[in-house]
Amino acid sequence: MVAFLHQVSAWAVPMMIVLIPLYAALRKVPVYETFVDGAKEGFGTAVGIIPHLVGMMTAISMFRASGAMDAMVALVRPLFERIGVPGDVLPLGLLRPITGAGSLAYATDLIKTHGADSMIARIAATIQGSTDTTLYVLTVYFGAIGIRNTRYALKVGLFSDAVGFFAAVAACWLLF
Amino acid sequence: MVNWIWLGMMVVSVAFAAVKGRVREVTEAAFGGAQTGVTVCIGLVSILVFWLGLMRIAEQAGLVRKLARLVAPLVRRLFPDVPADHPAFGYILTNMSANLLGLGNAATPMGIRAMQELQKLNPSQDTATPAMCTLLALNTASITLIPTTMIAIRMNFGSASPTDIVVSTLLATFVATGAAIAADRWYRSRDRHRLPPLPVGGSAETKGG
Repeated sequence: MVAFLHQVSAWAVPMMIVLIPLYAALRKVPVYETFVDGAKEGFGTAVGIIPHLVGMMTAISMFRASGAMDAMVALVRPLFERIGVPGDVLPLGLLRPITGAGSLAYATDLIKTHGADSMIARIAATIQGSTDTTLYVLTVYFGAIGIRNTRYALKVGLFSDAVGFFAAVAACWLLF
Repeated sequence: MVNWIWLGMMVVSVAFAAVKGRVREVTEAAFGGAQTGVTVCIGLVSILVFWLGLMRIAEQAGLVRKLARLVAPLVRRLFPDVPADHPAFGYILTNMSANLLGLGNAATPMGIRAMQELQKLNPSQDTATPAMCTLLALNTASITLIPTTMIAIRMNFGSASPTDIVVSTLLATFVATGAAIAADRWYRSRDRHRLPPLPVGGSAETKGG
């Protein structure tokens, strides 16, 4: 099953690259010109995201470097350990919604230190793999269309991250 | 809320830096972060240029609309305020499929295209609509079938069965996505009771918030 899904995800993109233009050409669409025409918008869209992402990344990077995050983790650590959450995965729970690269690095480090088949490694891999970086997704998707008032979107995202974190820990205790 | 989180992170950082004597590190981190922001966007340029080009072909060939009509009955319940044959559904589906298959660099352009389509239905251009919030909720939770990156990393560090996290990841991602949809529903209905619907052409979008 996993091998089959690997194959599907490996073939999905090449199939799209071949089948979409082929289908369009059969329907008399000038494929190359249409591609170039649509592609032009990509640059502007990406550049438009820069201010949003620079603002967000600056704050996140300062927050991590100041040691404020470590202090927060140290504060709640005993509470979480009492309910079965290993203290070492706590920083990952905090990092996951705010930085994809940062949490990936942290999860990799946990896997390296504790061994790939340890409970902590499994929990870390599950947390890292089961959700996306909420702040990044919000910044990029809304930044691209110039939304300033994001309403309740961030609350929903962070709530789901918190639920996902506990679900990941619980699923690992249940399965392994 | 974004305003407060953003401000809070910076104020707390500087206060902490002052107490712990890390002022220089934090200043460096500020500009390092800014640089990361630009680098990530530059990385997005090639991906967006490529996928938006390919998707324009799909649009011109009528594929996006066809796909939208095909999946609308399934996804409609999540997006009750988007008209049934709207092309946004085509992009929402491609965005969700790309997430499922773990094709991160295809998911983002599709999500942005879906947002652009939803923006056309938006009565106030700088406030998110409920439909946009739902799409965002689905993407932040992002159901993944195979966590490819984590399997590869565990393999690198000599795991005996690197794929055994597939089931725990599936469980966690389903629970998280369920929570996201439930919370989104809750806020959506709360806003509907609180704010009167806009009197434009039968649209259920609400303004402000």
